[in-house]
Amino acid sequence: MSVLVILILASLGLALLFLAAFIWSVQTGQFEDTTTPSLRILGGDPDSSPPAIKSLRTKSSPCPEKTNPTQTD
Amino acid sequence: MVKQVADSETNLRSVSKTDKRKQHRIAKTGMATPPEAAMPFQKHAKKCAAPGKKGKAPAAATLLISNSLPAGPPAKTGPLMAVNGILNISTARKRTGSAGQRTDSRTAACSHCGEPCPEPLIAEGRNSFCCRGCRTVYELLTGNGLGLFYELSEQPGVRIRKTPPPHRWAYLDEPSLRERLLDFSGPKTSRVTFHVPAIHCVACVWLLENLCHLNPGIGQARVDFSRRELALCFDTQALKLSEVVELLDSLGYEPELTLEKTDKPAVQTRHRRQWIQIGLAGFAFGNIMLLSLPGYFGLDSFSAPVFQRLFGWLSLGLALPVLTISAADYWSSARLALRQKRLTLEVPISAGLAAIYAQSGFEIMTGRGGGYLDSMCGLVFFLLCGRAFQQKTHERLAFDRDFKSFFPLSAVRKTSSGTEEHVALCHLSVGDRLVLRHGELLPADARLEEGTALIDYSFVTGESEPAVNNRGDHLYAGGRQMAGAIEVVTVKPVSQSYLTSLWNHEAFQKPRSDDFTSLTNRYSRRFTRVVLTVAFGAAVFWAATGQPWRGLKAFNSVLIVACPCALALAAPFALGTAHRMLAQRGVFLKNAEVVERMARVNALMFDKTGTLTTAAGGAAEFTGTPLSTAERSWTHSLARHSAHPHSSRIASQMADDIQAMPVTGFCETVGGGISGLIEGHQVLLGSMSWLASQGIHPDRALPKASSSVSLAIDGLHRGSFDVENNLRPRTELLVKSLQPRYSLALLSGDNDRQRSRFRGLFGAEAELLFNQSPLDKLNQVRRLQAAGQTVLMVGDGLNDAGALKQSDVGVAVVEKTGSFSPASDVILEAGLVEHIDKILGFSRRAALIVRVSFGISSAYNLVGVGIAAAGLLSPLVCAVLMPISSITVVLFACGATRWAAGRAGFANPTTQP
Repeated sequence: MSVLVILILASLGLALLFLAAFIWSVQTGQFEDTTTPSLRILGGDPDSSPPAIKSLRTKSSPCPEKTNPTQTD
Repeated sequence: MVKQVADSETNLRSVSKTDKRKQHRIAKTGMATPPEAAMPFQKHAKKCAAPGKKGKAPAAATLLISNSLPAGPPAKTGPLMAVNGILNISTARKRTGSAGQRTDSRTAACSHCGEPCPEPLIAEGRNSFCCRGCRTVYELLTGNGLGLFYELSEQPGVRIRKTPPPHRWAYLDEPSLRERLLDFSGPKTSRVTFHVPAIHCVACVWLLENLCHLNPGIGQARVDFSRRELALCFDTQALKLSEVVELLDSLGYEPELTLEKTDKPAVQTRHRRQWIQIGLAGFAFGNIMLLSLPGYFGLDSFSAPVFQRLFGWLSLGLALPVLTISAADYWSSARLALRQKRLTLEVPISAGLAAIYAQSGFEIMTGRGGGYLDSMCGLVFFLLCGRAFQQKTHERLAFDRDFKSFFPLSAVRKTSSGTEEHVALCHLSVGDRLVLRHGELLPADARLEEGTALIDYSFVTGESEPAVNNRGDHLYAGGRQMAGAIEVVTVKPVSQSYLTSLWNHEAFQKPRSDDFTSLTNRYSRRFTRVVLTVAFGAAVFWAATGQPWRGLKAFNSVLIVACPCALALAAPFALGTAHRMLAQRGVFLKNAEVVERMARVNALMFDKTGTLTTAAGGAAEFTGTPLSTAERSWTHSLARHSAHPHSSRIASQMADDIQAMPVTGFCETVGGGISGLIEGHQVLLGSMSWLASQGIHPDRALPKASSSVSLAIDGLHRGSFDVENNLRPRTELLVKSLQPRYSLALLSGDNDRQRSRFRGLFGAEAELLFNQSPLDKLNQVRRLQAAGQTVLMVGDGLNDAGALKQSDVGVAVVEKTGSFSPASDVILEAGLVEHIDKILGFSRRAALIVRVSFGISSAYNLVGVGIAAAGLLSPLVCAVLMPISSITVVLFACGATRWAAGRAGFANPTTQP
């Protein structure tokens, strides 16, 4: 039965990891704006190629980030 | 003074687009998309053109739209979106697919903005444009590899009306202004956030985030769609702030600049804090529940002491952050309440939480049982969810704009050498000579130096007729010039003008203290007293019978079970649902508590112009020799050239079925009338005396109206348009249904020529007050309040702002939800004014629902307290009773409110398909 103790502690540890992930996502502002990302994904690369192929871009901002002086959030 | 319209072409287009809008819309609704699905997008498509209109005759434009589209939404804007939730992307796709259809309609649509194109076409290949501005932007974008913009949405552009004058934004580079606008200013890069109302679709988001391809000086750009905000970084060495704004403006995305520092970071941290609190509570709730289940089911293998100890200690550890972090707000409000010697709902909640934790800790440490920690975490979790539900309001609607938001940021100053420069408003000083063009707002009290002023003070006084002023006259801040350019010399600094002095009035300084009176707090005071009495009573009883331990347990149990979770959830969910239901129907509340205050109102005060009467949208009935279709279209074509409210009303009246024609030799005599040649016919519209001065003999046989515009075609007097302010359609019914329950009053800034008419409408008992200054209105509200009445004030415009603020519920009426409105508790779409009785009825029912919910939760508490006072409470009873009571109350509150809203019988015709 003592193996249960280990299992319970392990599951609790896993749950804590998820809690930490949640707190991190809140702190980095992922809950601030939930509308725009759903629109952003429809856009593609800035040239006139058909959007169907390019729209699956994953990188969120197409513009260079090097000029960003402060972290967005 | 006679004004010659030079740029007749631009003028013609700017108005013609509005009447063609109808046909444009018909083409749209004819698509395969079901109308309700297409709705959110259409709203935005409409909005598309709105910002561009700003400068030119805004009244006329609004009016044309709302009049020619009886069934459709007038330029509807964002807030509704926020309510309806998320924008429908499948609709976006469908619209893109139907691009071909739309161009098939009678006139070609502009490839950039989708407005109908005038003849002759400005065409290029397969594309046609409505103006040069649109073509320039189209070429700029496609030339820079941003052609995708036109594929993401159907004709997504914002109409470019005219190229802005150069250096229009130069004043932004003044260091003091610059500092206030920038979020971050570094030697190399700066960061700035703009509010851009024109953002309306996928393509806008995409284009604005790819601005770097148009100008390499711009770095990362981020759009927040629901807030309509654009945050971007730019290279300070390569670009000036003014150039960034100029670039946005040239694309049609003119930012709305405001110098007030927003408290965005504070809001942001509060949001994050709330999310984390809910997350923690939910996490602990779930895990502790899992750990408690074996105990509840009495599974033997888990009842081994080692597991019970382990589970107990783990639960105690998991519950600690819930108690300290998640419930932190309850502790601090309870402490505050006790310090101020009042009993709010937070007091029994905090006492209950403390009791649960102490009791559970004691049981776990002594090995007597598992405690009630799962109930405690669940309780906190539900409470926080209820709170989040209530706080999820429409942040995009600005309820607290003050007069500064009505003013522009800069003015055009004429220097001694005769050159014109843009200066920031804060740098204006007394004695500056300003140039004010058509449609511009006067930022400070001034003396007229040159030109004839036709000032529309409807913002300030509610008087709907523009006032004619001559050289040397004193003009008040807040007036809008409706004729040609004038030159004025400021006589007071911006901060001391008439309007500002009203704003510095004490009514705007004092925060409203409504905490004491809210339903929940009144109820909770009684509730808390009862609970504490029962808890102490039980403890004393058991101690007296010689069982002090049982007494302590009973004391704790009572506090635990009486923890007013359901009670705390009743109001947020009932009022929050009411808030949402109202917003879906075009009534926007500042917060949910306003519902409660609306339910208590017993006196109503109405503004006249723009509230009970439609300032611009009323009909202009023609009496005289009947007009042929051709003559009607001539009159329409002439009238729409003038920004005067009467002209625009006449123009919109005839806009239904006719085509606009070009007008040559258009002349406007300020305070007199307008004339022009259409298809070789001389058409004159104006006052009778002006017509007489033009050599027209009045036809005696025609009836004379008190406030009318006479029409003459080819030298012959044909009749007159009656342009009396028109009552909204259902006003009489509204007054009838309000009379039995409320005391009514009319406060008008206008003169009393319509007194008898309103006396007949309102009956003998109502107070009718005319010629009211903004301060008078405020004092009237105060007088009623002093007499013990709860006042609801309905008004629009700046002249009502003081009264709106002072009243218990201030209702601001707006033609378009996106347009400016004074600070208020409720923003009401103009079409809903006539349904105020139903809105008030609904809020009364919502308040009743809250009371019934209180009853339900009290019943549960009564059962629980009975068990607890007997000292028989077990963790299992607690774990079942608490969630069930909360869930019943929440379901009842939401369900009943929705039902009441469905039966309320008012719906905004523009939001319902």
